[in-house]
Amino acid sequence: MPKIVRTKVEFEGEVRERLVVVEEDRVPAWGVEAPLEIVGRGYPRVGGSQIVTGRAKYSADVQLPGMLYCRVLRSPCPHAEIESIDFTQAAGVYGVRAILAHTNAPPIRWFGNSWLFDRVVRYVGDEVAAVAADDEDIAEDAIERIRVSYRELPYVLDAESALKPDAPRVHAGGNVVGGPRGEVYRRGDVKAGFAASDLVVEERYETQAAAHNCLEPHCCVATWEGDALLLWDSTQHVYGIRDEVAATLGLPLNKVRVFCGFMGGGFGSKQGAGKHEIIAALLARMTGRPVKLVLGRRAENLAGGVRHSTVQYLKAGVRRDGMLMALQLRSIANVGAYGTGASEVAGPVRELYLCPNVRTEQYAVYTNTGPSAAFRAPGYVEGMFALESTMDEIARRLGIDPLRMRLLNYAANDPMRGVSYSSKTLDEAYRTGASMIGWKSQAGSEIAKGAGAGGDPDSIERTPPESGDGPIRPGARRRGLGMASQIWGGGGGPPAYAIVRLNADGTADVITGTQDIGTGTKTVLTQIAAEELGLRIEDVRTTLGDTGAGPYAPVSAGSMTVPSMGPAVRAAARSAREQLLDLASSLLQVPADRLSVREGKIRSASPPGEVAVSEVTGRIGDFMIIGKGARGPNPDNVKVRTFGAQFAEVEVDVETGDVVVTRVVAVHDFGRVINPLTLSSQVEGGIVQGTGYALMEERIIDPKTGRPLNPNLEAYKIPTMLDVPLVDYAFVDHPDVICNSIGARGAGEPPIIPTAPAIANAVFDATGVRIRSLPITRERMLEQLGKMRVQTPDSSARGRRKRDAL
Amino acid sequence: MAKNIASSNVPAQSRRRGPGRVPVRLTVNGESHEVWVEPRRTLLDVLRKDLGLSGTKKVCDRGQCGACTVLLDGVPVYSCLKLAIECEGVRVETIEGLADAHHRASTLEGHEGLALGESLHPLQRAFVEHDAFQCGFCTPGQIMSLKALFDRNPRPTVDEIKNAVAGNLCRCGAYPKILRAALSVAEANRQE
Repeated sequence: MPKIVRTKVEFEGEVRERLVVVEEDRVPAWGVEAPLEIVGRGYPRVGGSQIVTGRAKYSADVQLPGMLYCRVLRSPCPHAEIESIDFTQAAGVYGVRAILAHTNAPPIRWFGNSWLFDRVVRYVGDEVAAVAADDEDIAEDAIERIRVSYRELPYVLDAESALKPDAPRVHAGGNVVGGPRGEVYRRGDVKAGFAASDLVVEERYETQAAAHNCLEPHCCVATWEGDALLLWDSTQHVYGIRDEVAATLGLPLNKVRVFCGFMGGGFGSKQGAGKHEIIAALLARMTGRPVKLVLGRRAENLAGGVRHSTVQYLKAGVRRDGMLMALQLRSIANVGAYGTGASEVAGPVRELYLCPNVRTEQYAVYTNTGPSAAFRAPGYVEGMFALESTMDEIARRLGIDPLRMRLLNYAANDPMRGVSYSSKTLDEAYRTGASMIGWKSQAGSEIAKGAGAGGDPDSIERTPPESGDGPIRPGARRRGLGMASQIWGGGGGPPAYAIVRLNADGTADVITGTQDIGTGTKTVLTQIAAEELGLRIEDVRTTLGDTGAGPYAPVSAGSMTVPSMGPAVRAAARSAREQLLDLASSLLQVPADRLSVREGKIRSASPPGEVAVSEVTGRIGDFMIIGKGARGPNPDNVKVRTFGAQFAEVEVDVETGDVVVTRVVAVHDFGRVINPLTLSSQVEGGIVQGTGYALMEERIIDPKTGRPLNPNLEAYKIPTMLDVPLVDYAFVDHPDVICNSIGARGAGEPPIIPTAPAIANAVFDATGVRIRSLPITRERMLEQLGKMRVQTPDSSARGRRKRDAL
Repeated sequence: MAKNIASSNVPAQSRRRGPGRVPVRLTVNGESHEVWVEPRRTLLDVLRKDLGLSGTKKVCDRGQCGACTVLLDGVPVYSCLKLAIECEGVRVETIEGLADAHHRASTLEGHEGLALGESLHPLQRAFVEHDAFQCGFCTPGQIMSLKALFDRNPRPTVDEIKNAVAGNLCRCGAYPKILRAALSVAEANRQE
């Protein structure tokens, strides 16, 4: 009997309450010692053969007969009003089939107070017009011939300037999202806390705008079948696209169908519908032909979304013994012209450490720059950089080992609400990681003074760098170790559904409405289903990425998918298995409770016997066993969190400012590990992205024109094979029997959170230089190094650090 | 809303501009094709749009990422920087040709996604076994760059492997496993 319950679902630091229809009895969680045979093994990815043979079809690859290609004209001005637009010349280009702009497009509201095509453009890249033509080259030719005259308006590019009362207004309602006051959180009394502190530090941190630059750009193909819309879309949420596009175009939900097979990366930028889906749908309607819209790499950098830049003022008060007394954060996020709001930059400060007095104030500020979009662990990456740099700093100034400092302030229960965690093993992650990297405690006031002591190479036992790096001039290269913590959600929640069908030949179909954005969802869900059904993994096939075939699944973001879809699939498989055993029971004349399924065979305990599943399913002809499953509610009064720690080893050339990350050790707790192979790929991937964020990625905007200077993959630097550190990882593979029935939490985002601060802290360890502004470029290193007297072997005494084993 | 959208608003077409389409003969994965395309069309666009070989991906379209890597007479090249008309008389190899080229099996193999009678090239097999991809969009380019290397030198070193794919960006960060996969093939070749 279905019933309705209230449950809390957390998404990217924000807790939302949902009403959920719970349809089936609770599936008991797999115990810690559950004898699982398929779950927990590193199967190669399902669909891997298609990827390596080039047969995998992505939305960008879809080609329909008669298809037109769309290109978009984008604003060259950061803030302007379109005085006139003339596309007569463009329309005259041979092969152009339709053009849309604010003059003829239907008035569709966008971003609150703006429009699909607005007369006012608010950032360089804002959509002005769209052309559908027989080919991309022709569409480009037409775009070049559209005549627009702009009346330029004053603009503002950085968030702190946008807060000033005389700043140009990006939107009529003012530049602060949600009104003039920031979002405030407090507990305890920070004033009293600082008064009771022996050491108070207050610093300003800056993080940069980072572009996702997914290799597959935002793209879609739209075509109409009568009055129903079919949309192939590179998206993280087929159901979300269906719902948003239907609402925007005024269509009933059952008249929009969204497909997403293989998908070339999202990292948060493809969670919701963008203008491209609507533009393509409108042009397809106008022309009666399918329309494909693929953003070019420049457009992707201008308009595809960025991790918002932040400025953070973080004040920390600590007692002499290392206990945190107060934390105060004021964060300002630059969400661009149409940001979707600030992410929870204050999350780490609020919830990571046991600190009795906390006050955070978050601002999201509009500027005339490209819109922000969620990017892998939004807010926490930025916030953790400031917090963990601060923890490292105060540890050193107090003469306490930075690792010990984290353990001193360890929160056994959630410091925000006082509830317990479903499972927390962060201390184990710290210790395991420390031992893996060879962390030795650092004490001594020489470091505390930041005397530029690069460390005595004799006191560090490490392997020499790889050959091919050139000779090391003694003293010019300094090595250092740094660490940082990770906390994030990953509990998932309803609604999420699955259907499992058993076929006459004993094979099974798992039918879902989820999507695999490259994380290995398809493989993991197949494993869970096979385990629960008792079939061999090769006999189970999972389908996803089609709202017409599978039921609702949540967005593949916020590390949601495994903890939401996994239990749903398990519930559906369980239902199918129970029906199968009931059927077998009546066919074999054995009570169902004496039957079990394993490796595709139904076994009877007594009388002992075995029969293939296919034999039983084959007996019922065309009748099908169908199991339905849904994700149940989340546990009450408990906080579900993922935890981890990373330790980075860097080498800094103090003459060139070059920072090389030689090694990263990562230990994370995701609950039960479903597939260690694909999970390790998530960890490595997050660390590679974190390394790019720490050292090289940055959207650079020319203040004189408001124009991004590096909207391409040459000047916007992402890591190459040559930039990658050695990654050593471990999992605290401790199933979380409380959080959900499979004991696993999401892992997509956590690995990127601690990387940048671990690297920054390692840079300090190596050089005594604390960079509070990301990325840590050579320029910044040299500037800071120049401000200190750098100790070389030739000059006077270097501090010698005493190292005690922890 | 959908019913109120106006039909096409573009007036009758003006005369064509430019030289128009020309015939181009290409040899791709051992097969000969004749396509009629504008001279400005890149090899990448011909492969994807005119020959339906969508395995080679378009990511930046200006030679900055490596996703469109194909082999021209065995040399790895960014196909977005080559005009189709430049490639007549050249042996073009794309990712689709790899499984076929390696060797033809006369019996069916149970690999998902393969056409009957194919088997995977050792690099492809190693990529699958080592999980050397996540979203997979860069994978064809990575494999083609490595194929060029291994065809020249079946036992490359770590540095040679790294440099061979230094021009193939992977946003998902699958580099560590790409390296491991390639090393496993080099190691297997060493033992032969």
